[in-house]
Amino acid sequence: MILLRELLFPLIAVVAAFIVGGILILVIGDNPLQAYGLLFGSALSWPVGIGYTLFYATPLIFTGLAVLVAFRCGLLNIGAEGQLYIGAFATAWVGITLANLSPWLLIPLCFIAAILGGGVWGAIPGVLKARFGSHEVINTIMLNFIAVALLSYFTQYHYKTPGDPIMQTVPIGEGAHIARLGRFIPGLPEFIPLNLAFVLALICCGLVYLFLWRTKWGYELRATGTNPSAAEYGGISVRKQIIVAMTISGALAGMVGINEVLGYRYRYYDGFSDNYGFTGIAVALLGRNHPVGVIISALLFAILQRGGIPVDAFTEHVTKDIVQVLQGTIILFVAAEAFFRGPFAKFGLLNRSKV
Amino acid sequence: MAEIFTISLIWSTIRLTTPLILAALGGMFSERSGVINIALEGMMLAGAFTAAAVTYAVGSPFVGLLAGMGAGMVIAGIHAIACIRYRADQVVTGTAINILMIGVPGFLSGAFFLSSGSTPQIPKEQLIPRTPIMIAFALVPIAWYVLYKTPFGLRLRSVGENPEAADAAGVPVARMRYAGVLLSGILAGIGGAYLSIGQSSLFTRNMTSGRGFIALAALIFGKWRPVQTMLACLLFGLTEAVTIQMQGVVKLPSGEDIPVQFIHMVPYLLTIIVLAGFIGSSRPPKALGIPYQKER
Repeated sequence: MILLRELLFPLIAVVAAFIVGGILILVIGDNPLQAYGLLFGSALSWPVGIGYTLFYATPLIFTGLAVLVAFRCGLLNIGAEGQLYIGAFATAWVGITLANLSPWLLIPLCFIAAILGGGVWGAIPGVLKARFGSHEVINTIMLNFIAVALLSYFTQYHYKTPGDPIMQTVPIGEGAHIARLGRFIPGLPEFIPLNLAFVLALICCGLVYLFLWRTKWGYELRATGTNPSAAEYGGISVRKQIIVAMTISGALAGMVGINEVLGYRYRYYDGFSDNYGFTGIAVALLGRNHPVGVIISALLFAILQRGGIPVDAFTEHVTKDIVQVLQGTIILFVAAEAFFRGPFAKFGLLNRSKV
Repeated sequence: MAEIFTISLIWSTIRLTTPLILAALGGMFSERSGVINIALEGMMLAGAFTAAAVTYAVGSPFVGLLAGMGAGMVIAGIHAIACIRYRADQVVTGTAINILMIGVPGFLSGAFFLSSGSTPQIPKEQLIPRTPIMIAFALVPIAWYVLYKTPFGLRLRSVGENPEAADAAGVPVARMRYAGVLLSGILAGIGGAYLSIGQSSLFTRNMTSGRGFIALAALIFGKWRPVQTMLACLLFGLTEAVTIQMQGVVKLPSGEDIPVQFIHMVPYLLTIIVLAGFIGSSRPPKALGIPYQKER
């Protein structure tokens, strides 16, 4: 019953969003069934479609987990976007400066750089909240812009190949490259950038689950999220938990850099993130702030992202903007869940405590 | 340095400040009523796209401006219904609207103009480069008067500070909040319209490029008060104007351009500093972000 209840509203929200999107497609004179057919058909075709879908899902799992951990502590981290940029640049920086190191040393160092970079950038709003009480939402928004400006400066003035018109750094050392999954999976071509970071993302889901629900620290973090004053009364330092949660959250977001830099482009590319940080909010929310839910909803959003490309190419009028339209509508419906709960509550199907 | 501080800098500052003032004052009405509005960016995009599309179709920028206001209001209406009627998380709803409004203009221009995200060019005589500027600066004293000297303003502030008490005193909390959010949509819509049919002559993809968030920063920097908010907008507008004027004119001793990125950071850094209480304290309305549910 609990599982059904947890699944029901996200499912309704997704279906409702697809209906809204379908109506829009109909209005501009295309066939929604054809568009959705293209979308899912191409995203789920083996091997290219699925390979890319899983590749797109990787950053969303990381950012979804990042938002989840903060959320479980009662914080809304909308700064995953900035944190993942810092993490990506940090890992690229290590990959460039220590390019000649042995892979056995270089890759772990690059991982640590991504985690530390994101973690530090996440810790800043945590400390600001714990120390000065300033709201993490505003501070994370501001830090997103600061991160983008800062990294564009470093890219442009210090780490670009002179004369390169593209805003990207010089390549990282080959020892820092991590393997693409095509090397291990028969039938999956190696040009698909799906790489070991996807496996790392799945491992992180397990670790986050164990941390939050099977350790004392996770319990303290969640207790802070459920009821901060009770937690404080029970001897938990709320301030410390806020900093811990934001640091872990930022570190998870920073790991997007591993996928992007070490597994895909092999350099830092300015402005690479396709709103991964913000989509992470949707992923966490739709996944009911549970690691398993995060995987499922990250896959859904990745399907949208991958499937949007053929929709753009093979329909008369529909552009790939349909992806953002669907994403935004899904989040809106998930956020305003009471909109659906209304009619159901009437039939007594769902009795939730009033928040 | 002297060649930067000229009349054209002042003029450019005013032009860059205008959309910020409009969006920030809009945000003020919403947040003073207790509803967080990080969707200013999305509302501006709605206004910018609609104003350009309608002006192109009808040929009258004033109809376009009205349409832009209407579009901002519709988007604000979605935010308001989700946040007030269905007590959705205001930050999440705002994020949803911002993502939605990256997509919707591109989706519609793909269908109507067969383009990928921009509207066709509008002829020069169909632009309104001055009117929105006058509206923006005239709105500052008006907003001040409305907020502090009218019963409407008093009620708006009361539902943002203490909705329970306001409710007990007979103030319709939900209705006041709807008014605040819708006003924010209308004003952000004008701000967006100014970008597409005032400053330039078409809508381009994501043309607000973060101005909604700078407006939000100015609102916080201005401590949620109209005059201070305008001053913050002017400061942020000036920093942007200076960066534009500096490009290619002022060089570092090494002969390179001064990195504009550091100047871009100024508004955001100042906001963090102010919010942390280093330069006076900036206190948000007490009930900001908390949905109100009437006791039964």
